[in-house]
Amino acid sequence: MDFQVVVLAGGTSKKLVPLVSKEVPKALLPVANRPVISYVLELLELSNLKDIIVAVEGKEAYDCVEHWIVEAYIDRLRIQVERVPDDVGTAGALRAVAHLLTAKDILVVSGDIVSDVSPGAVAAAHRRHDAVVTTMLCSAPVSGPSDSGSSVTKDKAKKPGHYNRIGLDPTKQFLLYIATGAELEKDMRIQKNILCAVGQMEIRSDLMDAHLYAFKRSVLQEVLNQKDKFQSLKQDVLPYLVRTQLASEVVLNGVPQPEENGNEKASYQNNQEMLSQILANSSTSSFHELHALGPKCSLPVRRTHKCCVYIASNSKYCMRLNSIQAFNDINRDVIGDASHLSGYSFSAHNNIIHPSAELGSKTTVGPHCMLGEASIMGDKCSVKRSVIGRHCRIGSNVKVVNSVVMNHVTIADGCTIQNSVVCSNVQLQDRVVLKDCQVGANFVVTTGSECKGEALAKKEK
Amino acid sequence: MGAQKKGASRASEDPEELARVPLQAILLADSFTTKFRPITLERPKVLLPLVNAPMISYTLAWLESAGVEEVFVFCCAHSKQVITYLDNSEWFSQPNFTVTTIESHDSISAGDALRLIYERNVIHGDFVLVSGDTVSNMSLTQVLQEHKERRKKDSNAVMTVVIKRSKPSPITRQSRLGTDELFMAVDPNTKQLLYYEDKADHAKGSIYLDKLLLADKSSISLHNDKQDCYIDICSPEVLSLFTDNFDYQHLRRHFLKGLLLDDIMGYKIFTHEIHSTYAARIDNFRSYDTISKDIIQRWTYPLVPDVKFFGDSSTKLERRGMYRASDIGQSRSAQIGPFTVIGNGTKIGDNTKISNSVIGEGCSIGPNVSIEGSYIWDNVTIEDGCKLRHAIVCDGVIMKSGAVLESGVVLSFKVVIGQQFIVPSYSKVSLLQQPIKQDSDEELEYADNSTGIAEISPPIHAPDISNGEIANQQQETRCWPTSELGIGGAGYVWSVCEGGHDEEWRHSVAPIPAEKLAEVIQAAEDDLEVDPDGSSLPPSGELKLDSDSDEEYRDGSYFENEVEATFLRAVDENIKVENVVLEVNSLRLSFNKQTVHCAGAILYSMMKLALETPHNSAVELVQATTKVITKWKGLLKYYLSDIDEEIEVIMKFEDMCLESAKEFSPVFDKILYQLYDQEVIQEEAILRWDDEKRHADESDRIFVRQAETFIQWLREASEEEDEEE
Repeated sequence: MDFQVVVLAGGTSKKLVPLVSKEVPKALLPVANRPVISYVLELLELSNLKDIIVAVEGKEAYDCVEHWIVEAYIDRLRIQVERVPDDVGTAGALRAVAHLLTAKDILVVSGDIVSDVSPGAVAAAHRRHDAVVTTMLCSAPVSGPSDSGSSVTKDKAKKPGHYNRIGLDPTKQFLLYIATGAELEKDMRIQKNILCAVGQMEIRSDLMDAHLYAFKRSVLQEVLNQKDKFQSLKQDVLPYLVRTQLASEVVLNGVPQPEENGNEKASYQNNQEMLSQILANSSTSSFHELHALGPKCSLPVRRTHKCCVYIASNSKYCMRLNSIQAFNDINRDVIGDASHLSGYSFSAHNNIIHPSAELGSKTTVGPHCMLGEASIMGDKCSVKRSVIGRHCRIGSNVKVVNSVVMNHVTIADGCTIQNSVVCSNVQLQDRVVLKDCQVGANFVVTTGSECKGEALAKKEK
Repeated sequence: MGAQKKGASRASEDPEELARVPLQAILLADSFTTKFRPITLERPKVLLPLVNAPMISYTLAWLESAGVEEVFVFCCAHSKQVITYLDNSEWFSQPNFTVTTIESHDSISAGDALRLIYERNVIHGDFVLVSGDTVSNMSLTQVLQEHKERRKKDSNAVMTVVIKRSKPSPITRQSRLGTDELFMAVDPNTKQLLYYEDKADHAKGSIYLDKLLLADKSSISLHNDKQDCYIDICSPEVLSLFTDNFDYQHLRRHFLKGLLLDDIMGYKIFTHEIHSTYAARIDNFRSYDTISKDIIQRWTYPLVPDVKFFGDSSTKLERRGMYRASDIGQSRSAQIGPFTVIGNGTKIGDNTKISNSVIGEGCSIGPNVSIEGSYIWDNVTIEDGCKLRHAIVCDGVIMKSGAVLESGVVLSFKVVIGQQFIVPSYSKVSLLQQPIKQDSDEELEYADNSTGIAEISPPIHAPDISNGEIANQQQETRCWPTSELGIGGAGYVWSVCEGGHDEEWRHSVAPIPAEKLAEVIQAAEDDLEVDPDGSSLPPSGELKLDSDSDEEYRDGSYFENEVEATFLRAVDENIKVENVVLEVNSLRLSFNKQTVHCAGAILYSMMKLALETPHNSAVELVQATTKVITKWKGLLKYYLSDIDEEIEVIMKFEDMCLESAKEFSPVFDKILYQLYDQEVIQEEAILRWDDEKRHADESDRIFVRQAETFIQWLREASEEEDEEE
């Protein structure tokens, strides 16, 4: 397909503290007992996109991710793991790996997507329109991304509905306007020339930019080189390309491309060709071409480029693991409503219990649950809608509801865990009650503690 | 006036009848604009012939066929002429269709007209509001039903505006009807109108929509490809709203936009799009041309010349869209091209070529004349060898042999063009002098120089000159300068008025020259090139607002932006500090902020200003900042009444260095020193700030450490002072 994929795996995101640590960077956070990045990689593999560069921030994170990927995928995918500097933003990360990019088009995927939307379909849409950028949109959660569950996390209050505002043409193929981040606080600013060219624009707030983009490589590299202030793909590069789509600067002074940068004569010929194309098959022409032609071909051809969208259908699943809330939600969904994503086959009770796991008497594991390899549970326990990792030792009379328990966790008798995340190697002593908590790796919760809405972690030095 | 009584008696009928009110319409027989001058100085716009029938007859015929039972014709300018016309026509004697005139002499706008109609108390239910220059064949059934259903659910839905998709190409969309670009935002589900801008500033490359529009809906549609048909279905409240808001004049600009912006009363306006039927309004000469062609090409069926929808026409449609009245005298050698209408009693000489034109009744056209794309009204004499391209020629004009009208010319009533005279493009010629605006010196001068007779005739502005009488007298008594319109010519060439040449080509009957179009598009492009790197792209730092900002900052940012805008304006216009203080105070009250917030916001604006002055190095940045501080410290000082506020400002500056203006972080200490040196911030504030920060996290103390030497120096100095005391 001549597509290269860059997976931006990030490093140790601050938003996910205390779940992440030096040993467990964001990319390796478990979703249904598999690192989150494996979901993306396998999704790419399904679309036969096997030429992959994984960009990881930070030394420790790089080591962990590299180690894990080499072990898991060495024989299946051509993966190259690259370390990029810290805190350079998504655009910076791409700059750091730009020298490795050779294919005609580049697919950029965030490493924290858990989705079943085919990246191949995005790539195909990109190719079909010969677009400069194609972005995948999926429907935004109804009430904002961070409050779908009942649990309250610290950063929830800070985050308003983090929507995008997206302007589409009537055919819903082209991206005409996008507002993200701080711009959402301002009034909408719509460029007249784009609106005039297309006639009608639909502005949607129920779509979300899913952080999966296809770029034309030459354009991407050029923009990254010339606009060295751009930090974020989503907030700088994409809006820039959308804004300039009818007065393109990118192809003009960039790498000369024979078919795009011809002399006057050639452009006139192009013009004629395009006109005949449009006349021959009106469905293939877009407003870009019409706009480029101008009236009576009297003007020099205007440079335009196309920004396209691929809108995932409503039934598809697409979430980003970019907050603690999202971590909870995704884990719950992957073993629940979106169970086809997990890649496991569920038992008759609609749950997954590893054959080597041991359950005590009168212990129940409800539907939409997962119990990892060699984990042992005592008597009279109850697990509902939760994921429990490998090699956990759980005592008697323990209740785990709506929670994620990672590997090698020891839970003593009489604990209750609700809406919480318990990281690896944590020890919960007797009768600990956790509600809406996150417990960082290697932490010890002492006997009888009752916590609500707290993040417990070892102080890092 | 018997008709009026009928209206009045209806008004007094008892309320039980209200359940089934006859469908009423208000027809404004005055456009309250001057776009058809000089013609409209002598005849009201609604009586101007459109393909040989007065405009108003199209509107009335449509209203009748659409089931309207009672029409109130509001006449103001030339009201006598309108009433006389209606008296002589059949409209007063139609069954099931009552036409009532309402006369006014002092209304200057549609708003005045509707206020007057409200006072008359003749409207009892939903009504159709149109102006007398509307051509349409749409059916009102559906839109009325939609309107009524909406009203049942929501009594605030007071108005439904009819819109129509305009031509698909962006170029024709703009130019077809000669109107300004129209931008609309519509809720795609409810069809509620959310935004309407027809006077969009051409100089600006973008339009701004309130972010709240999207607050409770998932999508809105933004349209540039629709045209406003100026057909409105209104509830009776509309009239009272005009009375309540006595400053509403224009239907769109004031009333519609006023309702859209007003969120207290919550009135809603909806749109209804028509697809297969026709509706358009003649707003200017260009739409006159376009709509005439549409009529000839039968888009407006049944309102076409060969159907008897009014008066006694006996026109027949022939091949290639030619309409010929029964009694015309056409030479065998004359060539009549396609899409041409020729009225009764017209004579056409040998070898004359006519195409895409409308010729009125009783005209005599000599031999070897060429007429293309022109509108020639009644009783016009065109002598041999004349050439006309894209011109409008009113009743009684005489063009002597060999005269030429270049494209876009308008000749008003009874003008005479001398032999061989060439009238330049876009000229407007009238027997009446151009009304002189007293306030414009420039124009007075121009009139003096060019005509040389300006002093003879005072500006004629009487609205009710009965058709051409005065003009006749003038013609007899006055000898016209030959320079104006050739030998034997009669009439004044009007100078281009304030709109300038820009408007001329946009509104004229002549097709838009290709180079003009190119210019417009180029201009649009230039706008675009200016802005991408400008305001639209805030520095990356600012964009990150969502990632790690605290609640307070976000709340404050709007206020800050307002203060910044005020401040920047003050800088630009050199406004005095006291006045800026007044403005900022009013902002403070309206946002319910403390003085310390003002101080913070002003500091923020000052720093932003310094940051925007070009600088290459940190040193230059400090210099720029010093200048700004020196100039505006009075303003900042005004809001710093005690030490606590000064500390707040230091902290604010610290935040800025960390977030929105990272460029300052290396020079934090130098600027702090400047603030101290210029006595904006006292040393006590700095010392206390240092104390407060002493126990903070290390990451919080970056700037304290940066300013350490300065603070040290301050401490020593103050200790010395203490010792001296």
